Amino acid sequence: MRREIPLIITAIVGFTYIIQFFVPHWPFNILEGLLTSWMLIIFAFAIWLGALNLLKVSLDKISKRSRDWPYAIITIAGFLMIAIPGFLFSGGRRFQDPGTAFDYIYQNVYSPLSSTMFAMLAFYVASASYRAFRARTKEATLLLLAAFFVMLGRVPIGDVLSSFLPEGYRMSQMADWIMNYPQTAGQRAIMIGIALGIVSTSLRLILGIERSHLGGE
Amino acid sequence: METGFTFTNTLAAILTIGIISFLWRDNPLYKVCEALFVGVSAGYWFVSLWYQNLLPQLFDNLGISQLFSSGSAEDGALQVLFKQGRFDDRLFYLVAGLLGLMMLMRLIPNLGWISRWPLGFIIGTTSGLYFTTYFQSNAMAQLKSTVLPFTTVGNIVMVVGTICGLVYFYFSKEHKGALGGAAKIGTWFLMITFGASFGYTVMSRMSLLIGRFDFLFSTWLGLVK
Repeated sequence: MRREIPLIITAIVGFTYIIQFFVPHWPFNILEGLLTSWMLIIFAFAIWLGALNLLKVSLDKISKRSRDWPYAIITIAGFLMIAIPGFLFSGGRRFQDPGTAFDYIYQNVYSPLSSTMFAMLAFYVASASYRAFRARTKEATLLLLAAFFVMLGRVPIGDVLSSFLPEGYRMSQMADWIMNYPQTAGQRAIMIGIALGIVSTSLRLILGIERSHLGGE
Repeated sequence: METGFTFTNTLAAILTIGIISFLWRDNPLYKVCEALFVGVSAGYWFVSLWYQNLLPQLFDNLGISQLFSSGSAEDGALQVLFKQGRFDDRLFYLVAGLLGLMMLMRLIPNLGWISRWPLGFIIGTTSGLYFTTYFQSNAMAQLKSTVLPFTTVGNIVMVVGTICGLVYFYFSKEHKGALGGAAKIGTWFLMITFGASFGYTVMSRMSLLIGRFDFLFSTWLGLVK
């Protein structure tokens, strides 16, 4: 019951979607709409589970005085700092309107933290590129050249440096050509490969051949 | 945006500097900002999903939110059932709510296995959906767009690059002879793709970084006009 029922649910739901694709008529079209709205609700609960689990783990850390436990207090405080105003003092469904308490915290706490966190990757990418871009092999040289043209083609100085070249061969135009043709060709090969992989994995999941997501027992 | 040493700007600046301080080394200020970011992110999604998803999709349809609000909100499935005595299709949302609650059982160690049912549902929907959509949009549509007339260098590059790239991912036969040659050319195209994607990513991250420095030096400190 612990493993069989989830497998049956997966098979029924998965086949319903596939049949609906080929037979988009009653009752499959209705079922597809219903299952999709259920899926969105369950996804929301799954993210709630993640948030609640974070609180549980943080509380455990505090109660056991584990390593770095004071930071767990800040995590919980951060959660409550946006959740309480979001639920109680932000006008209900209009919680994201400019001027609400939720929006204030989003603009002044969440947004600076998230954009700086992602901006930090610029430094790590620069350090990784130093290692990756040493033109030791033909392949590494191609990687280096493609990145060079794309990066320089995206800033005004690229066109200034290549202004002596005829129209159509300047840095920004070269970058566009690389992005439109060789880059797209490689990207397509990867996308087609991924799509075929997803199709086969989906079929394995629906047929119950792949069941590692259910864990042990 | 307001400029200068206002409370909000100073708060955002401290948080920005706190995250950047990791470049020096792991330090308490960074850890505080990191912990805060994790908590605020979780809280942000917790609230957003309630108002944007659970409330309109589940509780409004069932009529539970109408029980707690006065006004002329449309009747939900439960009101229709108990007031008018007829079955409303939206009652099926009870199943979604039940599966959602079963998902939360993961938090209770002895009942954690119950969450496999909604997990099975999610796996089934995503597998069924991706099976058709990925095959249609990422395999068939891409193949269709690749079959181009050999009239320009760009078109030739596109066709040759895609085919050779696919040959590289074909592992059922050893990459020798013509197959090996095509796979080698495929590798070159893949390297160009990775290089271009890398360059694109670097530029987007740089743009974010410039945005943060612009905030610090222009909006907050007012040093750059």
